[in-house]
Amino acid sequence: MTRKMTGAKMIVQALIDQGVDTVFGYPGGAVLPIYDEVFQQNSIKHILVRHEQGAVHAAEGYARSTGKPGVVLVTSGPGATNAVTGLTDALLDSIPLVVLTGQVPTFMIGSDAFQEADTVGITRPCTKHNWLVKETDKLSGVLHEAFHVATSGRPGPVLIDIPKDVQFATGTYEPKKPSVSHYQPPVKGDMQAITELVAAMETAKRPVFYTGGGVINSGPAASQLLRELVEATGFPITSTLMGLGSYPASGDKWLGMLGMHGLYQANMAMHDCDLMINIGARFDDRITGVVDLFSPKSTKAHIDIDPSSINKIIRVDIPIVGDVGHVLEDMLKVWKSRGRKTNSEAVAKWWKKIDEWRSIDCLKFEQKGKVIKPQYALARLEALTKKYDRYITTEVGQHQMWAAQYLGFEDPNRWMTSGGLGTMGYGFPASIGVQMAHPDALVINVAGEASWLMNMQEMGTAMQYNLPVKQFILNNERLGMVRQWQELLHGERYSQSWSESLPDFVKLAEAFGAKGILCSDPDDLDDAIMEMITYDGPVIFDCLVEKHENCFPMIPSGKAHNDMMLAGVDTQGVIDAKGSVLV
Amino acid sequence: MSALKLKKGSTSHSAYNLRANFSDVIERHTLAVLVENEPGVLARVIGLFSGRGYNIDSLTVAEVDHTGHRSRITIVTSGTPQVIEQIKAQLGRIVPVHEVHDLTVEGPSVERELAMFKVSGTGDKRVEALRLADIFRANVVDSTLESFVFEITGAPDKIDAFADLMRPLGLTDVARTGVAALPRGD
Repeated sequence: MTRKMTGAKMIVQALIDQGVDTVFGYPGGAVLPIYDEVFQQNSIKHILVRHEQGAVHAAEGYARSTGKPGVVLVTSGPGATNAVTGLTDALLDSIPLVVLTGQVPTFMIGSDAFQEADTVGITRPCTKHNWLVKETDKLSGVLHEAFHVATSGRPGPVLIDIPKDVQFATGTYEPKKPSVSHYQPPVKGDMQAITELVAAMETAKRPVFYTGGGVINSGPAASQLLRELVEATGFPITSTLMGLGSYPASGDKWLGMLGMHGLYQANMAMHDCDLMINIGARFDDRITGVVDLFSPKSTKAHIDIDPSSINKIIRVDIPIVGDVGHVLEDMLKVWKSRGRKTNSEAVAKWWKKIDEWRSIDCLKFEQKGKVIKPQYALARLEALTKKYDRYITTEVGQHQMWAAQYLGFEDPNRWMTSGGLGTMGYGFPASIGVQMAHPDALVINVAGEASWLMNMQEMGTAMQYNLPVKQFILNNERLGMVRQWQELLHGERYSQSWSESLPDFVKLAEAFGAKGILCSDPDDLDDAIMEMITYDGPVIFDCLVEKHENCFPMIPSGKAHNDMMLAGVDTQGVIDAKGSVLV
Repeated sequence: MSALKLKKGSTSHSAYNLRANFSDVIERHTLAVLVENEPGVLARVIGLFSGRGYNIDSLTVAEVDHTGHRSRITIVTSGTPQVIEQIKAQLGRIVPVHEVHDLTVEGPSVERELAMFKVSGTGDKRVEALRLADIFRANVVDSTLESFVFEITGAPDKIDAFADLMRPLGLTDVARTGVAALPRGD
């Protein structure tokens, strides 16, 4: 039913019609009419963050853990520019977000007005699409279209910039209806290509599934189909950082994560395979290593909903454009109808080889002495939290890679991390968004002390909404990954990569009214972790760890998958001049 | 456990040579991009080219369907076959882009460009300029006692050839529209 209402009311009405229950935001002059409408309703819960970047990351955490789009409401100018990092993060990791920004009134646009910024101009390269709405009558159509664009095809962040006079003016509200947009990315894959892939699977001697975030974005059904396909074929499976949880870490076909800090067996399998089946991953440079030497002997199939991902970095033999869930369903159908064939003898031999690689046990470490190894801290965290309804977020750096290596994920949507952009400061606000969506779950942000400080103001948000998020900080008083690269590449000259003047994290927690726990002795660790888990409220866990631990395995810059560095290696002179220009 | 097969300084490759295995022949392609004529759509297209480091040799844009609010952007670009494929795929995922056509590979097409040349001079040079303009079927659209403005329409290489001839005869200013192109036949 069409109705007359103000633009501000339309915004709230459209969010309700779209099924939005939570909005993360921060008020300001250019969004006051919208906040006035937020005040006068009870359908949507508004979470007041302490910085707009926090709002966007919280919405990302909400979106990744639910599969629903995250919604953000911020003001013009600095409100919008503070959202830019989160938008870019969501774009690179394909996270659906709808971000609403206020704008100065239409008649003041272009006059360098107070808190004016060219928001659509600034955010054009860091959104999937954006709109500046200059007429109230067009507002509801754009709002509904925004949700459609954010969630269709390859998901991503969209932004709507709404001038203040458009919020005040009255117009006609059009309710949500089936999309009339021309933007309808196809979801079904080409059957001929799918049949070609199945035929390749039937004869493959050394196959590997290489899966990514696309499986998770496709929805829980895609993960189920993937599990079915892996079990039916008996092929080994590895995943990118973004795809962890789509196949269970406890599954016997699981090789662990691949890539720069991936597991030895995963990277070796990628290098030596004869059939690589990429499902919803994008041959990111953290995955491929040097592209000239990437998996030289394999036939490569690539399933991706975004045609621009195909042949962008690695030339593939069997491209399939479509939604992972739909393509997997068709693959299973075709494979079954052709008699469920695999080259089981050769695949058994391939598993033998993989088991040899596995036996190297590339993640082994020794906890000795009175200093906690970060790997040990995560191994204990894994052991003690595994049985809980658990969600993990991370910041960015060594702790993130260790978390990916030592924590096991049994289900999709349980692992929230900044993969593409590598945004320090992502994890804490993301944990808030996750906890909002799953109030009774155990939500842990695995952090480094330097990353965590980047958005520590969100302690206020966690306290205000009584969100019992656990901040598990591996404190090495270093920017650990920067330090590691300086050790490898810059002659151990540790320029600016230590954390000076750190706060007392226990007192900091107490200053916010939260609980702080300090742990420095490996013998105390289990009790301290249990204390963190059982405490009903936010906790900052300051875990003092070994300061100069390096994160291994590692594919050094400019090297191939079979050129990995394992723990205990001499770190000097490993990367040559050409490798050192890479990031 | 020490590093396996770790050869120090053995790698001469860089991840930035992303297309080393691909053909590195630079091709020139003319793309027709049909877009929703909404604010910012041209900025999206241009931003894509600058943001991802693609070349624009020529670009024209105008609304071609006033009731349907469709604009046609004609872009002449150059790159390796893989880069051209990427450009098309990247253009295709811009939300207000309806269609992307590669006129260079989708059968025969015609390309036209309009240019205006101001040629200043007197005496023999002025007469020669007028004579050459006639051969090239360029029209005189403005004249003073010491200058002509010629208008010429044609394929870009014809316009280049005309410019080369006019340069020694007193060419002072050039304005070119960039290429407009359509496929031939049905």
